[in-house]
Amino acid sequence: MRALRMALRSLAREWKSGELGVLLLALSVAVAALTGVGFLVDRIGLAVEAQANEVLAADLRVSSQDPIPVDWFTEAQKRNLKTARVTSVLSVVFNGEQNQLANLRVITATYPLRGKVTIASEPFGVARPAQRTPGRGEIWPDSKLLAALGGGVGSMLSVGAGTFKVSAVLMSRPDEGSTFADLAPAALLNDADLAATQLLQPGSRASYAALFAGDSNAVAAFKAWVVARNNDSARVRDVTEASPQIRSAVDRAGRFLNLASLVAVLLCCIAVAMSARGYVQKHLDSVALLKTLGASRVFTLAVSLIQLLIVALASTVIGSAAGYLAQQWLLQALGDLLKVDLPNASWSPLGVGLLASVAVLAGFAFPPLLQLSRVPAIRVLRRDVGPPPPLLWLAFGPAVLAVVGLIAWVVRDMRLFIGFVVGLTVFLGTLALAGWLLVSLAARMRGAVGVAWRYGVANLSRRRAESVVQIAAFGLGLMVLLLLGMVRSDLLTDWRRSLPTNLPNFFFINIPPADQQPLERFLADNGARGTRFLPMIRARLVEVKGQPVERRRDAAQGGPTRPRAAADARGGPRGSVGGFADREQNITWTAELGADNRIVAGQWFTAADRGRPLVSLSTEFAESLDLKIGDPMVFDVAGERFAVRLASIRKVKWDSFQPNFFIVFAPGLLDGAAGTWMTSAFLDRDGRRMIAPLVKRFPSVSVFDMEQLLGQVRSVIDKAALAVQSVFAFTLFAGLTVLLAAVQASRDERRYESAMLRTLGASRATVRQGVLAEFILLGLIAGLIAAGGASVAGWWLAREALELPWEFSPWVWVVGLFGGAGLVSVSGWLATRSVIFRPPLATLRGEQ
Amino acid sequence: MNRNIVIKTENLIKQVTSPEGTLTIVQDVSLEIAAGESVAIVGASGAGKSTLLALLAGLDSPTSGRIWLAGSDLTTLDEDGRAALRAARVGFVFQAFHLVPSLTALENVMLPLELAGGANARTGALDSLARVGLAERVGHYPRQLSGGEQQRVALARACVTRPAVLFADEPTGNLDTATGARIGELLFSLNENSQTTVLLVTHDRNLAQRCRRVITMDAGRVITPALPGA
Repeated sequence: MRALRMALRSLAREWKSGELGVLLLALSVAVAALTGVGFLVDRIGLAVEAQANEVLAADLRVSSQDPIPVDWFTEAQKRNLKTARVTSVLSVVFNGEQNQLANLRVITATYPLRGKVTIASEPFGVARPAQRTPGRGEIWPDSKLLAALGGGVGSMLSVGAGTFKVSAVLMSRPDEGSTFADLAPAALLNDADLAATQLLQPGSRASYAALFAGDSNAVAAFKAWVVARNNDSARVRDVTEASPQIRSAVDRAGRFLNLASLVAVLLCCIAVAMSARGYVQKHLDSVALLKTLGASRVFTLAVSLIQLLIVALASTVIGSAAGYLAQQWLLQALGDLLKVDLPNASWSPLGVGLLASVAVLAGFAFPPLLQLSRVPAIRVLRRDVGPPPPLLWLAFGPAVLAVVGLIAWVVRDMRLFIGFVVGLTVFLGTLALAGWLLVSLAARMRGAVGVAWRYGVANLSRRRAESVVQIAAFGLGLMVLLLLGMVRSDLLTDWRRSLPTNLPNFFFINIPPADQQPLERFLADNGARGTRFLPMIRARLVEVKGQPVERRRDAAQGGPTRPRAAADARGGPRGSVGGFADREQNITWTAELGADNRIVAGQWFTAADRGRPLVSLSTEFAESLDLKIGDPMVFDVAGERFAVRLASIRKVKWDSFQPNFFIVFAPGLLDGAAGTWMTSAFLDRDGRRMIAPLVKRFPSVSVFDMEQLLGQVRSVIDKAALAVQSVFAFTLFAGLTVLLAAVQASRDERRYESAMLRTLGASRATVRQGVLAEFILLGLIAGLIAAGGASVAGWWLAREALELPWEFSPWVWVVGLFGGAGLVSVSGWLATRSVIFRPPLATLRGEQ
Repeated sequence: MNRNIVIKTENLIKQVTSPEGTLTIVQDVSLEIAAGESVAIVGASGAGKSTLLALLAGLDSPTSGRIWLAGSDLTTLDEDGRAALRAARVGFVFQAFHLVPSLTALENVMLPLELAGGANARTGALDSLARVGLAERVGHYPRQLSGGEQQRVALARACVTRPAVLFADEPTGNLDTATGARIGELLFSLNENSQTTVLLVTHDRNLAQRCRRVITMDAGRVITPALPGA
């Protein structure tokens, strides 16, 4: 109680001395970083949880690339289950000349069986639950689609061969499927109108879903009935399986963002340790005095601990509030990337914030305080007497424990833990080494500059250890921000710019065999620069090297797994490694090897190979299954099994924007199969006008505007990078708190130095220039390292990870150097200004 | 120990280790100080005066020998035990005042009472400040007070618990002659009024002469009689 009174009484005055302020700032930044991410992940997690039973829009959902057998619906109805049907097809929607690719969801009147569709009267309007589904002749486009087409409620939109009236704007559907919105805008149509659109032709790329709901036992029994009849082409999901994927995606993203925020927290630890050391230095005399006046060691320790606890509580409140605001801002900035109604966050991130703040204090401030309490009373008479040297385990043990605890709590994975610790240590070590070298270099050159700069450089090199810590801490934050900035702007733009301007920018798929030649002529007649036409059919790999794919997968994964959805099979480039064997693929057959394909093993099909059971695979596919030339495989193509051997392996240049496939069969073998065709073409600005007549004439052909898709992909990447960048902004703040802590620790020294300089005749301007020189140099070195590191990392990312050409970006260096020098010098100047402008006499007299 | 003897030492030795070897700072000091006595320890700089004062007050531990303070054997007490004894029986005045900068004059004076767990700390502290003539400045922080005022606050703080012994280390060392004389006046009037034993280390000849006994030290040894009447 006495300790509490004493702690409270002196707190206000302690505050003015500065150490507690820096401590509060450092802890608040740490708490803000952790809780900001915490609130974000928590809210998304809660949303996912809440939507778990709605995400299917049913209790049981069967999805397939093939129409769902009608008897399944009959069987469900017999079992008193409610049913609904959703047919999804990609098609271009028109409003006059304006057109936009959209994901059309054609639904029955019973949709959705669980959850609600919400609609509005205008694009981006106020959402209200829909009381019905679109009637015949009606369409419910979403805001994005209407915005692109420029229409509103009452507009007439053309889809395939049909024309529909907009009777409402679709705001949300329960089965949007994932937290991240589909790339293409969407629209709802009535199932009864599907035939009128003529969108579905044999071999068209549509996907089908059957929705079932009812009594849980009946659903479970029906599920068993469906699974027994499912030939693996349909994906059967009930509520228990609906959310794990999203949940694990949120979990992974959350863990990554938490790791990013942890970097800021660890930097704050340095600032906390520095301020705690300053606090101890300042309190050696008063603790010795208290002991002289009869205070016990426990009492003096209690006074400091109570003050720190108050700082911890205050930092939790301030940090959490800042974290919440940052999270709100980020959600605003992410805009429609997250397309769910987020519930309010729970209180749990607050607990995390408090826990982290106490852990950081316990690890980094408690040991110095323990030391402080050991200062002997004799110090009141002999100022050279300090506390006895600390025990090694006590000095570093709690810090190591706190850091290990925090990291382990965030990563919860041994390998990741080791990776993070080793990676961060090496990274910070490299930064520190670079900082040390540059500071040493600057120190050597101080003879070549004027008195003010010499004073600044001398300060930097005299407090070398502190300078290097500040450079590493600040440089780390700046580097990551520069790198992410580079990813957001340069890398993606450079990639787009590096591609030839006349690359195909439209893809045409779902071309019925009968339309292939007319379409080819149509494109040629309208001045489009077309590319090759390739046939396309779905196939599934069922045996590899004499082993069924199922068994190979089980052996590889250590147990049986549920087959992944055939619904995922879009056949686009870059599937997951495990996914190659799992899912249906689009395959083709051709005699011609495109210029964008290069044989790296085996031999391309010769004329003699026509009709022979041979296959050519892309390097990605062959490597993922560890296949060599001559290895046997069995494919199921539209129900027929084909035993083939691997004839060649191709390296495919995917960004040629020409039709390309992982799997190419020898010509002649699949000629009889009922597939569709695909091609791509370059359309200039004028050529785009022909899309409208093209879609009208070939309604079942799906047209993809690559520019638009790339724009959307880029927007997603941009926003994801923004999210990460925002989290790393905390790292920059943490770097600044390290700077402030270092300045705070050197305040008395600086005060004395400037008093001495001014006594010796230096003007205020000279002292000011000297201090500014020190901070500008510190910022320049940090900026130099940050820009250098970001450039190297950007180069690596471009070359190795994204396989993009890399170009030198001067702005990274401009922002790095000027930003670093500017931020550090302004912060440093503000922190030291009051110290260096004290009247020298007051300082030399030792007045407080 | 005689009931009138408030401080007693036997063969007190204090040695420290330095790069040059072992230094003996206090050598074989045996002394007795009676209750209510005023004693000045004088000597040249480095003679061991302040170290002896620190040992007698239990701020430091001797290398060998024994010390009794207000009836307790200091050499058998640990740091917290010595602190508790100081809280109950000892007051201090230092050359550098040593006020807690974050506390007001009143709070500084209340501190020993609060540490000793005494009731009415505020009333006692106000009374003590009034006795040193600072009733008007109770709410001021140390930096708002002159050197003399700060030392008067320190004196009020030292006396607020009505200690058995008041230790003073160069109490006038940081003050001009006139202010120093006023502080000395105050110190001895307190000594007379409350029968507190005063033990002070000083270079101030006038202050030393006002004490009933003067102990002179040289190179760690007491060279004038250390025992009363000897």
